[in-house]
Amino acid sequence: MDSNTPPSSSAAAGSADPSAARRNSKRPKYSRFTQQELPACKPILTPGWVISSFMLVSIVFIPIGVASLLASHNVVEIVDRYDTVCIPESARNDKVNYIQSPGDKTCTRNITVTKHMKKPIYVYYQLDNFYQNHRRYVKSRSDAQLRSNGSADDVSSCEPEDKSNGQPIVPCGLIAWSLFNDTYDFSRNGQQLSLNKKGISWKSDREHKFGKNVFPRNFQNGSLIGGGSLNSSLPLSEQEDLIVWMRTAALPTFRKLYGKIEDDLQANDVIMVTLENRYNTYSFNGKKKLVLSTASWLGGKNDFLGIAYLTVGGLCLFLAMVFTILYLVKPRQLGDPSYLSWNRNPG
Amino acid sequence: MAGGRIRAKFRRSNLYTFACLRPTTTESGEPESLQGPGFSRIVHCNQPNLHKKKPLRYCSNSISTTRYNIITFLPKAFFEQFRRVANIYFLVAAICSLFSISPFTPTSMIAPLVFVLGVSMTKEAIEDWHRFIQDVKVNSRKALVHKGGGVYGNKQWRNLRVGDIIKVEKDKFFPADLLLLSSSYEDGLCYVETMNLDGETNLKVKRSLEVTLGLDSDESFKDFKGIIRCEDPNPSLYTFVGNFEYERQVFPLDPGQILLRDSKLRNTAFIYGAVIFTGHDSKVMQNSTKSPSKRSGIERKMDRIIYVLLSALLGISVISSIGFYIQTKYQMPDWWYLLPQSATTCYDPNKAVASGFCHFVTAFMLYGYLIPISLYVSIEMVKFFQAIFINRDIDMYDDVSGTPAQARTSNLNEELGQVDTILSDKTGTLTCNQMDFLKCSIAGTAYGLKSSEVEVAAAKQIAIDLEQEEDVIFGPTRLGESEIELESIVTPMEGEGNKKVLKGFGFEDSRLMDGNWIREPKAKDILLFLRILAVCHTAIPEINEETNEITYEAESPDEIAFLVAAREFGFEFFRRNQSSIYVREGYPSSENPVEREYKILNLLDFTSKRKRMSVIVRDEDGQVFLLCKGADSIIFDRLAKNGRAYEEATTKHLNEYGESGLRTLALAYKRLDEVEYNAWNNEFVKAKTSIGGDREAILERLSDMMERNLVLVGATAVEDKLQKGVPQCIDKLAQAGLKIWVLTGDKMETAINIGFSCSLLRQGMRQICISITNSEILAQDAQKAIKENILLQITNALQMVKLEKDPHAAFALIIDGKTLTYVLEDDMKSQFLGLAVDCASVICCRVSPKQKALVTRLVKEGTGKTTLAIGDGANDVGMIQEADIGVGISGVEGMQAVMASDFAIAQFRFLEKLLVVHGHWCYKRIAQMICYFFYKNIAFGLTFLYFEAVTAFSGQSIYNDWYMILFNVFVTSLPVISLGVFEQDVSSEICLQFPALYQQGPRNLFFDWYRILGWMGNGLVASAIIFIFNVAFFCSQSFRSGGQTADMMTVGTTMFTCIVWVVNCQIALTMSHFTWIQHAFIWGSIGFWYLFLLIYGMVSPSYTGNVYKILPEVLGPAPSYWMVTLLVTVTCNLLYFSHIAIQRCFRPMDHHVIQEIKYYKKDIQDKIMWTREKSKARQETKIGFTARVEAKMRQLKGRLHKKHLSINSPRMFSTSPS
Repeated sequence: MDSNTPPSSSAAAGSADPSAARRNSKRPKYSRFTQQELPACKPILTPGWVISSFMLVSIVFIPIGVASLLASHNVVEIVDRYDTVCIPESARNDKVNYIQSPGDKTCTRNITVTKHMKKPIYVYYQLDNFYQNHRRYVKSRSDAQLRSNGSADDVSSCEPEDKSNGQPIVPCGLIAWSLFNDTYDFSRNGQQLSLNKKGISWKSDREHKFGKNVFPRNFQNGSLIGGGSLNSSLPLSEQEDLIVWMRTAALPTFRKLYGKIEDDLQANDVIMVTLENRYNTYSFNGKKKLVLSTASWLGGKNDFLGIAYLTVGGLCLFLAMVFTILYLVKPRQLGDPSYLSWNRNPG
Repeated sequence: MAGGRIRAKFRRSNLYTFACLRPTTTESGEPESLQGPGFSRIVHCNQPNLHKKKPLRYCSNSISTTRYNIITFLPKAFFEQFRRVANIYFLVAAICSLFSISPFTPTSMIAPLVFVLGVSMTKEAIEDWHRFIQDVKVNSRKALVHKGGGVYGNKQWRNLRVGDIIKVEKDKFFPADLLLLSSSYEDGLCYVETMNLDGETNLKVKRSLEVTLGLDSDESFKDFKGIIRCEDPNPSLYTFVGNFEYERQVFPLDPGQILLRDSKLRNTAFIYGAVIFTGHDSKVMQNSTKSPSKRSGIERKMDRIIYVLLSALLGISVISSIGFYIQTKYQMPDWWYLLPQSATTCYDPNKAVASGFCHFVTAFMLYGYLIPISLYVSIEMVKFFQAIFINRDIDMYDDVSGTPAQARTSNLNEELGQVDTILSDKTGTLTCNQMDFLKCSIAGTAYGLKSSEVEVAAAKQIAIDLEQEEDVIFGPTRLGESEIELESIVTPMEGEGNKKVLKGFGFEDSRLMDGNWIREPKAKDILLFLRILAVCHTAIPEINEETNEITYEAESPDEIAFLVAAREFGFEFFRRNQSSIYVREGYPSSENPVEREYKILNLLDFTSKRKRMSVIVRDEDGQVFLLCKGADSIIFDRLAKNGRAYEEATTKHLNEYGESGLRTLALAYKRLDEVEYNAWNNEFVKAKTSIGGDREAILERLSDMMERNLVLVGATAVEDKLQKGVPQCIDKLAQAGLKIWVLTGDKMETAINIGFSCSLLRQGMRQICISITNSEILAQDAQKAIKENILLQITNALQMVKLEKDPHAAFALIIDGKTLTYVLEDDMKSQFLGLAVDCASVICCRVSPKQKALVTRLVKEGTGKTTLAIGDGANDVGMIQEADIGVGISGVEGMQAVMASDFAIAQFRFLEKLLVVHGHWCYKRIAQMICYFFYKNIAFGLTFLYFEAVTAFSGQSIYNDWYMILFNVFVTSLPVISLGVFEQDVSSEICLQFPALYQQGPRNLFFDWYRILGWMGNGLVASAIIFIFNVAFFCSQSFRSGGQTADMMTVGTTMFTCIVWVVNCQIALTMSHFTWIQHAFIWGSIGFWYLFLLIYGMVSPSYTGNVYKILPEVLGPAPSYWMVTLLVTVTCNLLYFSHIAIQRCFRPMDHHVIQEIKYYKKDIQDKIMWTREKSKARQETKIGFTARVEAKMRQLKGRLHKKHLSINSPRMFSTSPS
């Protein structure tokens, strides 16, 4: 029995011939990573941290809140709802019929400026209860078609407003088809106020999303006329009303930019608005409003942000005080071992 | 003998015992013909060509352990993946997304699913690929096969066929199950190591039939032909039934001639064998069972939560469908801009019900973000890293055996942090399975001065206790010191003494050493004693050629210890062949040792039933002796009247040995006269060669007849060495609140001894022993009586436990296997469990592997708590598979237990770090991670619902599809993964120092419904704040100085920015441990979002739509965008921040306080406090040596108290001088 087999205990290591070298190769190499000893910062919530975090938040938030509120208050906003008043008393029983019937629907509104408005004054139309965010609506467009002339046939997503008499509609889809078409003219003291309708859309939209060589075709010549029509000699990139309209709003109440008045308006100025009331919001009981507003660094008039900032800041101030009192009333020395579970249950 | 645990498995009597008596064929007669079902296999040896066709065509020898093959991989792996509810949901959603009702583009639904499935399936595929490579390696091993005409050539294993004659050389594995035909030894003997089969490292002997002995050269197989008829493939490793037809004669085969695949030829130059079972027919392959796939409690609970979320999803889908139905039916006809008259079904107001159903499907997909799709993948990734940390932990690397810890499955990492009960094997787990010969009693005199570990520990303990007593008197000032000493109590032996430490021999007594025994008064008995040690065994000597030293291979370590002892005393066993044992006997009188040959006439082997073994030998003077060793009770029953001279003294010594934790055996002999022996032997030979069911019984009876009227010589005491650090580990685990049960195959006394040395038992503990009082009554009608008796014992014990007033009283339950069979029956197990749970420690002895599994199941199902089973041998496999977590000891006893286990560690003591550190961390990590996942997905998913409400429930999403893809994969997954991988509440050393922290897991403080619902509520609040704030701000007015109003994508992008900030700040608040990795991931995720927005915004508007240039042109210049983000982020996290501030301030948890101590470095400033807390930070234990110390202290305090009383009481008499 010639044998140099190792004694049983080492043969038990599990392999045929465990040599020392191989053994050591199995030894895990030390690294701080594998031993889970990486240097780490281990912050803990000391009362100091808690109170100062709350204080910090309130110190930052309250001024922001005040600034936002001020900004919002400096914005002058005039809202004029005209959907009902622009319909003659006689037709008010059947507004839908009135709006759908042909004929002149010009309507004049006088708006008194309450406060001095600095230029530029933004003119918006606001629609209520209009679900521009409805899925059927949102999907019904063809970005490719809007962008380039070659993709005019790309109307598959535009159903049911895709083709008219076998020809593709440009721009196709429900969004374009339902284009808002009320128009406003402004005059002050009988003098026309110039309305700048350029630059009301995003630059990137004009330059990249709506083609310079894409012209409306077949638009609004089907059996059903939805909204406004387009000047077929202008490329889409210059049809800014359409571009604005095509940016669907997130909520069923929305404003869209109509134009800019590049003049200051003085308080008590009376603005006469001559408007063509064409758009049908009467079917679905939507409201139509004309909005004149200035803008601050924060945008239009909305107190929400200021109030929210002030509330949260105030809450944090309150919490900071509550915690200060709590820590004073019922102080717990940090790292006090008597709070360890084994010290709390006697025995 | 005590090695019975192992022996019971491998019925050696069939292998070796009667080997010296080879039944000749004439005597054996015609073996029964084997036919009928179960015995259909026919093997034509040396004619493998006959096996090419059916019906003799058997499976090939190539094996496959892979789960999949190329064809089945996809279907099978898909099936595996879709067993998860969430995945089915996402599959359905993905299919739906192909149709127009989907609110999302197909890509945004399919891409994440493909990614998630891809990751999981790639993992599966890689694992399976490794298995495949392994298989290929095994299958292409080379074997020497007879190619005809006596020529042998190499053939790959896979090409072996049934009937092939193969030659296996030394230290090679057997490629298939073989019939041993001949070996390099003349007598057809060979040694095999079956470690891969049953984990035993000792050698087994196999021997061929006599008729085939001559076939011992390559040429002799030229014309060899034989037919084997045998049983069909079956998994039983230890049986084989078959006949061998050779030269028109039939010979019976038994397992002794069968060489099993995957065992290894040892100490034999070569063997020839005929292939019987190939490939998957072989016993080892038949035996391989797929271990049950286990899932952790947390994951099961997570599934339930997903069900809850799914039903919530269904609920809100129904709500929103109803909303859509109403809107479509009553309002949509008025919405001319939607052209309702030409609408398709899903929007047709005239078919509002149908469109409602349509919308249900849409909504079902839309709200899918409530179900975290990436949860499973993230958890798998996290667990993968956690497993790496376990595998790479240097503290769990065993230098001796060179094995690191191994997380064999990463599914159960967090379960490690919730263990309630540990069920442990004893031998090889708590003990090394290495025996040291320590003491002996010969002819009524006790020898051996060295103390056992138990005695040493006890002595140390007493010393400590005395110190503690001082502490009690002088206050706890010195507690710190003793604490340190306490930890070093039981391992003081290392390196002590400069003498060469001999493995298996710890005997110290000059009276016997160096031949001094000859001068003892009863030298004759000593001589006999030593001869019994040297001759009565089944070991094999191995001579190391270089050093000329002899090592022994034996089945049980006891025998090795005996042989080493005998050698040290001068009786060196150095050679054995089939018929004789050669011993070099050294006498001090003569210079050179005398070589003596003992002819072995019979060997009556050890079985667990017999508890004894004997050899009948003829010495050189021709005298016949029976030498016997066995359990003391058995031997004492069999003593002759004149053999009881030393019984009293020996019994006394045996009791002493038992108390000090030693394993004892009694040795006896008997002189036989020739006539008596021959008469017996004739009968014995007849019985041996007879065939029939009662053969065993007859042999048993004959052996029993022979082993009577013995003369007692003495007793031995060997120490079962505890593994390193076991008592400390048990102490720590007990302090962590874990219950420890010991399940052992050993006899009760041994188990109790070990219980004492591990401090599972101590003095002053009430031991409740439940056993069958009269073991002889086993008749049918007695069964009921026994059961009643046991029940009575249990009820009494329960009564006693219940009535116990002293809160410090500890009970120990000790029960044996036989009793356990009754106790585990349905009607009694609940009572038993009730009792066992009340006891501080439970020891079950003499349990079979099956019972181990049953007990495990009882604990698991009875208490509903997490169980962990730890063991090392094949007999622990059942238990390991049954328990919630199975841990295998990968060191001493081979691979079976490890293969079945979920975690493998090299030493029991590593369990502490595995549970208390890794388990604790993994539990908290996974729990926090899952909670956070639900939070973030609810926070995100519900915003869809709110938005639905303002879009007439039309199913429009406010986010770009890409945002949604991004959400789960890129902007929120890395931080949460870093939480799952790196989070530490306290460092590892503190985990170990404060074992009480572990209890957070078993109490499930971090994944209870309160916490889960809290997180979900947090998500709900966050989603509401995010939506309301954004909508309120962007309601209609312009949002920037340029006068532009916000469109849908602007609002969506702002909302999404808020979500990214909120969930990432939330996770930063959740974490308490920031390495650079966490920082990078959290802030990187936020940064990534802006980067994405920037880059994606530059892609052509055909793809990006209204997202084109949204950041630089629309949002970036608008201060309101940044202000809304800040506001929402702060507001959403305010609630959680206040919550944790209040919690830490008023109801701090233990880890909070410890974090604070560490933070303020109080542990360095106030060392006394730190030490005091460390010593208090444990569950109150009743086991472990800390408990011992405490018990002692109480005792001393009590005494002191009494003393005080007596001092303070008025003295009646003046004290007398002491």
